[in-house]
Amino acid sequence: MAGIFNSSIGKKLIMSITGIFLMLFLAVHLSVNLTLLIGDGETFNLAAHFMSTNPLIEIIEPILAIGLVVHIIYATYLTLQNRHARPIKYSKSAANGLSTWSSKNMYILGTTIFLFMVIHLANFFWKIKFGAIDTITYNGNSISDTYSLVSGLFVNYWIYDVIYIIGAIFLGLHLSHGFWAAFQTIGWNGTKWIKRLEIIAYVYAIIIGVGFSIIPLYFLIFK
Amino acid sequence: MKITLKIWRQKDARSKGKFETYKLDNVAPDMSFLEMLDSLNQQLIAEGKSPVAFDHDCREGICGSCGIYINGRPHGNDRKVTTCELRLRKFKDGDTITVEPWRARAFPVVKDLIVDRSAFDKIIQAGGYISVNAGAAQDANAIPVPKHNADVAFDTASCIGCGACVAACKNASAMLFIAAKVTHLAQFPQGRIEAAERVKRMIAKMDELGFGSCTNTRACEAECPKGISISTIAKLNREYFVAKLKD
Repeated sequence: MAGIFNSSIGKKLIMSITGIFLMLFLAVHLSVNLTLLIGDGETFNLAAHFMSTNPLIEIIEPILAIGLVVHIIYATYLTLQNRHARPIKYSKSAANGLSTWSSKNMYILGTTIFLFMVIHLANFFWKIKFGAIDTITYNGNSISDTYSLVSGLFVNYWIYDVIYIIGAIFLGLHLSHGFWAAFQTIGWNGTKWIKRLEIIAYVYAIIIGVGFSIIPLYFLIFK
Repeated sequence: MKITLKIWRQKDARSKGKFETYKLDNVAPDMSFLEMLDSLNQQLIAEGKSPVAFDHDCREGICGSCGIYINGRPHGNDRKVTTCELRLRKFKDGDTITVEPWRARAFPVVKDLIVDRSAFDKIIQAGGYISVNAGAAQDANAIPVPKHNADVAFDTASCIGCGACVAACKNASAMLFIAAKVTHLAQFPQGRIEAAERVKRMIAKMDELGFGSCTNTRACEAECPKGISISTIAKLNREYFVAKLKD
């Protein structure tokens, strides 16, 4: 293992492992959030309560935060190094029919997603963790009324609906390349798997992108 | 047909280059791109000007010498061809064609459209070979190689080292070149002996020479005149991680 992370491939391995970890998180995050669309909010509040009081989540949360920070730091380092590798740019460039726009702009997409995340964490995570939010009682148990926090934001401020939909679209684009690229980097690819992984990547990216967009749209249109 | 050329002119490695515009009034659609440059050079010499310097050798797509960035693509707008195989019929009458050298820190410009690709030689010297005892060639069937391995080896051995992968990559990465070589040599029993050392040394040399890393955009695969797939890069990564895990 000596010096593996000093090499460019080693650093790429860190990008793909943290990326896969973050993609697993997104799948869980979306599953919980889709309960917002069910009924009057009881399901979501119970799901949110389960997640915030689950000891396993308490352990995973700091690991997730570290994974995200590492993903960003290595992305920045590799991007700078890659720009350094071509000091003089071409005066003209043309499409080659195979490279997607997302694949060529992963750092720009990532930066936008990061900016969105700052807003997102300030809106919800910060208030839930460190602020005082209303409680609601179900069957005698008093728990945080996270549903009202979410619906309040999406119903009262259309600008946030727009921000969240844009955030979801950018995330979907980032994942449409990131998903299969992560497997390519760890070496899980071949002439057969390349097409399969690309299709799975698009399916996953569409589920995440559309899934997260539906939530603000639902509040904007139906509430 | 008539064409206008915007060609990068640079006196030597230290000079600052710039684009010069040239007009050719009578070129044939069946000319290769290099034949067209030849005719431009005859015109320039007749006018007492310095001809455009460019690399070329076999002119049949197998030596890997030629390599020019034409209208925003390495080897121009045609699939699986080298610059010498590119024909003017791929352009329209009256087109303006932008002609640039490969751009990469590891491939500095020597003159005009010629770049120094010795960085590839250094990567090969670092480990892209099989050490064998010199002597008479042994019997062809002495070491059996499965058909699948032979096919993969043949496909990847078709790399001519032209550098289009580096030129096409937005990170100027040499990963496809190394992947082709590593995949090729890993197919044979003789090649397996040094496989772990080979991949570690070649990657270390690639990083040292200032090539970028792979972001899986597939630009290299799209522009490779021999159609080498980026699945070889996944193979390279596997070889590298396995070698490093054993350290």
